[in-house]
Amino acid sequence: MLAESLTLSAALFTIGVVGVLTRRNAIIVFMCVELMLNAVNLSFVALSRLYGATGQVFVIFVMTVAAAEAAVGLAIIIAIFRHKKSVNLQDINLLRG
Amino acid sequence: MLQNAHPLAETVARFVWWLPTVPLLGFLINGALSMFAAAKLGPADPSAADHHGHSGEAHDQPHAAEHGAEHGAADAGHGDHGHVVRHKYAPIVSIVGPGVMVLAFGLALATFMAMRSAESPAPYINTLFSWLPVGDLKVDAALQLDALSMVMVLVITGIGMLIHLFSVGYMQDDPGYPRYFAYLNLFVFFMLLLVLGANYVVTFVGWEGVGLCSYLLIGFWFSDKANADAGKKAFVVNRIGDFGFMVAMFLLFSHLGTLDYAAIAESADKLPAGGIVVTAICLFLFLGCAGKSAQIPLFVWLPDAMAGPTPVSALIHAATMVTAGVFLVARSSMLFSLAPVASLTVALTGAVTALFAATIGLKQWDIKKVLAYSTVSQLGYMFVGVGVGAYSAGVFHLITHAFFKALLFLGSGSVIFSMHRAYHATHNHGDDAQDMRNMGGLKQYMPITWGLMWIATLAIAGVPPFSGFFSKDEILGAAFARAHGSTLADASLLGIPGNIVLYTVWIFGLAAALLTAIYMTRMMLYTFHGPNRTGDAARPHLAEAPWIMTGPLLVLGVLSLAGGWLNLPEVVTDLMPLGPTAKLEHWLEPVVGEATKRVAGAGTPVAASTEELLIGFAVAIAIAGITIAVMRLKPSALVPKSAASPSTGLQSVLENKWYVDEAYDAAIVRPTYTFSRSVLWTGVDIGLIDTILVNGSAAAARFLGWIGSQLQSGRVGTYAWLLVLGAVLLLRAFARAS
Amino acid sequence: MMKEMLASIGYNYWILTVLLALPIVGAVALAFQASASASQDALARMGSARKLALLFFAAECLISLGLWWSVDYGSPDWQAAAAVPWIPSWGIYYRIGVDGIAVVLMLMTTCIMPLTVLGSWTSIREKPHAFYALLLVLTTGMLGVFMSLDLVLFYVFWELMLIPMYLIIGIWGGQRRLYASLKFFLFTMLGSLLMLVAILYIGLKTADPLGRPVFNYDFILQSASYPGSAALWLFGAFFVAFAVKVPMWPFHTWLPDAHVEAPTAGSVVLASVMLKMGTFGFVRFALPLFPDAVANPMVRSTVITLAVIGIVYGALVSMVQPDFKKLVAYSSVSHLGFVMLGIFALTTQSMQGALLININHAVSTGALFLLIGMIYERRHTRLLADFGGIAKVMPIFAVMLTIVALSSIGVPGTNGFVGEFLVLIGAFRTEPIAATIATTVVIFAAVYLLWALQRIIYNPLAKPENAALKDLNAREIGLLLPFIIAIFWLGLYPAPILNRTHSAATRIIERVHGLSESSSGSVRP
Repeated sequence: MLAESLTLSAALFTIGVVGVLTRRNAIIVFMCVELMLNAVNLSFVALSRLYGATGQVFVIFVMTVAAAEAAVGLAIIIAIFRHKKSVNLQDINLLRG
Repeated sequence: MLQNAHPLAETVARFVWWLPTVPLLGFLINGALSMFAAAKLGPADPSAADHHGHSGEAHDQPHAAEHGAEHGAADAGHGDHGHVVRHKYAPIVSIVGPGVMVLAFGLALATFMAMRSAESPAPYINTLFSWLPVGDLKVDAALQLDALSMVMVLVITGIGMLIHLFSVGYMQDDPGYPRYFAYLNLFVFFMLLLVLGANYVVTFVGWEGVGLCSYLLIGFWFSDKANADAGKKAFVVNRIGDFGFMVAMFLLFSHLGTLDYAAIAESADKLPAGGIVVTAICLFLFLGCAGKSAQIPLFVWLPDAMAGPTPVSALIHAATMVTAGVFLVARSSMLFSLAPVASLTVALTGAVTALFAATIGLKQWDIKKVLAYSTVSQLGYMFVGVGVGAYSAGVFHLITHAFFKALLFLGSGSVIFSMHRAYHATHNHGDDAQDMRNMGGLKQYMPITWGLMWIATLAIAGVPPFSGFFSKDEILGAAFARAHGSTLADASLLGIPGNIVLYTVWIFGLAAALLTAIYMTRMMLYTFHGPNRTGDAARPHLAEAPWIMTGPLLVLGVLSLAGGWLNLPEVVTDLMPLGPTAKLEHWLEPVVGEATKRVAGAGTPVAASTEELLIGFAVAIAIAGITIAVMRLKPSALVPKSAASPSTGLQSVLENKWYVDEAYDAAIVRPTYTFSRSVLWTGVDIGLIDTILVNGSAAAARFLGWIGSQLQSGRVGTYAWLLVLGAVLLLRAFARAS
Repeated sequence: MMKEMLASIGYNYWILTVLLALPIVGAVALAFQASASASQDALARMGSARKLALLFFAAECLISLGLWWSVDYGSPDWQAAAAVPWIPSWGIYYRIGVDGIAVVLMLMTTCIMPLTVLGSWTSIREKPHAFYALLLVLTTGMLGVFMSLDLVLFYVFWELMLIPMYLIIGIWGGQRRLYASLKFFLFTMLGSLLMLVAILYIGLKTADPLGRPVFNYDFILQSASYPGSAALWLFGAFFVAFAVKVPMWPFHTWLPDAHVEAPTAGSVVLASVMLKMGTFGFVRFALPLFPDAVANPMVRSTVITLAVIGIVYGALVSMVQPDFKKLVAYSSVSHLGFVMLGIFALTTQSMQGALLININHAVSTGALFLLIGMIYERRHTRLLADFGGIAKVMPIFAVMLTIVALSSIGVPGTNGFVGEFLVLIGAFRTEPIAATIATTVVIFAAVYLLWALQRIIYNPLAKPENAALKDLNAREIGLLLPFIIAIFWLGLYPAPILNRTHSAATRIIERVHGLSESSSGSVRP
């Protein structure tokens, strides 16, 4: 049971990484980041059977941070969309050196 | 303590420091007058002119224009301006300028009388204050009164006084009149310091000071670039000589530990005779003398120096300053007598210069240029004299030359003055008032000047009984005698035996005497004889200069005529008792006697019959020269400068002074500038140090920074990829480790 | 008489500290005045700032004059000395004191500073308060360098000079001021960092019994010994720091740029005082601290060769400069080369001459920069080709420029001669060839300065802009007069200065010879 959970977690994480690295749409990248976070949550929960409840506490922290991040991140993306009429990451290069 | 013991200490001689001080006061007064008249203080805020705009400008403009016009007219040259406006302080300056010279000459005479009655051979040293006391170096501001400096003081103040008087007439319509006298007084101050200095350093102060005044006076009409250039050239060439003077002082100090004349005279024997040290000292000193006294290879500045006012040429560039080199050799006779090689160099340089300059003098058209080259040539004679160890003969020629050359220069000044006046009256600004081709036949307009200048010409040509005959003959006779037996004849210069060098010197001297007679007669013929070429309009305005100018000429005429009396040779006094024999030689005995004896050595004196033969020969040469000139030259065939055709062949080489200036320019001046500009400045400074080393290291730092900055592209994707890559590598590492 | 009077007011106890503090007080006062007068117009601000600055500089100058009499110049002890712990656990003290050399240079500084304020009277219009405040801070730094007897304290003052000058050039400078000020800063910084490392090494090496570092100059002088080639390396570090400041060839290229871009007051201070820091550093630190290194024939011949190259090189490059300020800057390289030659020739005459040239150069070059500033204010150009014939319209200026130029050429009777003469005559005893080569510069110096003189004040008055020029005003004449007086005073009667520096100078020479005789066979003059 544990092995399957961890495999699923790894698969989800890999999908998230590949998505972040390859996609250009900010929303999709953002969702891929969430995917990675949740993949980690899954491994925390799975491993808590072995090491006690600390991992589950971590999951709650992660979800809180993720929610906050989602709120701020989406707000930024909406602001950028209003400004640029696009959420393509390649168009967002104001800070590039 | 020693001063009190000296017999002169209680006489007027203790005021010897007043001698230079009096002209210095004249300088201060005249300089202050010049400044007061010229000074117009500027606005309190000099940069405000830009901010205040138009109103100020409108006020200033006409004023500036008027100011400029006044000066513009003034600098066109003495006498050339439209309306003469005398300087408002001219009357005071006319009194102060020559007045201080009269005082100085009076004091010099009084001191001379005191010296005569004191009859003390030891020099009287008047220490004013300690100037440079550093460790074992002790340089005092001290004056030394002895036979040699006394003679020089008399010449400087005496001739100087006459020339100051002449200047009153010559310069008084010049707008820079007070400035002129200020410089002239300052010159006398430095010249007196030069001859009175009790050590080499004080002499050096005077030495450089007279060079400075020469610079200021040559460039007196500085608005003309040529004049300013000539002044600068004089200063720079003199500085080459000063380099030699300074090195000689360093050598003296490091080997003898003192720079005082008295101490050196005592301890000079410590230097091995003929040794490398004393020879080096003397050669470096002579480099200084060659610069100041316009000898080969440093003579080029003197002809250009004629750009200054003519009385300046008479005082500085004929009678006094240029003879300072001769004075210095005589002053250092103790050293030169120990260095035969250096002495031979001096004599040979003098002889070559005498001949070389005389050839150039043959073909000059500018009356002052003829006299300039003649001065160079005569200075060559003086160096022959002091070079062969006949120090008193060299000084004797220095004195007679001061008489007749001052007369010649002032006479030519008088001619130029009159030419200017004539051209000015007819508003002719195109013709050259100094070119002999524009003169001719001036005898009938200026008879006094004509007569006096002939006296000087006969003197310089060496015709008895004029003064130049005695002094020149004594020098040539000494050169001949030394070739027969002296320390010089035994030494050798660059492998050539000394006696051969001395015979060469003697022959060159005779040849130069012939040429001197020719070019001087040529100058007189072209200037005063034949038909007049000044132009029909200007001719009626030609006339003798005022008495303030002609008066000094008369005095100089008497001196040129009778100056030989100062040092009559035995041969002459045997024939007829004109006066005491060898007066000057005896007078100078305490200073140069020992050195003269050392050079003459055990050589037997020339027999009286040989001497008479030599004298006869010299007189024959002088008369031959004059005759050749009179026979060959045709003043009537001459055309004015504007109509003259250019000369060819050897004539044009002589007219262009053997192209020495051009050669120096191409060989030394321009390469130095090119080297400094292209190699040192743009090459080493800007190229190597600044571009490669300084900015290069900055560029290297920037390149390193650029490499670092490339890692931070600002592309989040790249960062993410690197992050993942790093994570994978870390995982691998963990996997390996566990 | 004067001495007793000064002693009665305890002059020697407070003078040095007051000299350091007064300019800082002045800078603070200027800052207050700046904020108080913020509402006034620019002209009024300029007027109030310069007056307050002049007041402080004049006060500084006046109280410093007492040093001329109060100090015992023959004494081997430090005069007017004081020592207060600053960071005792690291062995750092506020330790100050002076000798003859320092006093003369300090008086020169305090006397020149008020004149630089007068020289900037009308030309500094932007941010006048900041400008004068920086000048005051700079003064503290410069005086501090002269009196520090603690190596770290010395380093602090050394760096304190750097920043105000950097800002003065960078803010009030000309077209390429940023380049020039950065170059100046980086060059100097490079050298001083090396020196800092050397100072720390020395301090740690000469630890006291408790193992704390010691930076006390006297203590180091008596007890320091360095293993192997360490002395050479330490000397090298000090050498670079000081050689940049002098500046010696080939570390000199910051100088022409800095001078050309700096405002007049900056140029004057830079040339007159700051360049002397380098040579003073050699005399006070590099020579006495590392006598063995100095006596090393390789080191000495290298330094002397660089000095002679600098002398000739500076003169030759001056001859081809189109810009008057650059010409004077290169001539400084030449003059300071004489100072270095004089110091390293190690004879009484040359050392004394070198100290005298320090003063002479301050007077002549300072005056030259002021004169350049005066025509620059009128014509807004410094190119020689833009002038000509202005002796006609500015006769007073022409006289002043001529006198100052002659002094810089070294005509006897002016100050320039005595210094050069002493250096050369002394150096000739130990280094005849170097001295002879250096003597050739009397020719080149005449060439470049007379050439400049001719192109500015002589020649035809061809340009209409020049014909409209106005002569100097009373302030400018008054400001130049002290320089002219100094030129003749030092030229005719330098004995008072020579007597004051004599014992300090001989002590240094004796130390180098005394300590070196055992290790190498150096020639005693």
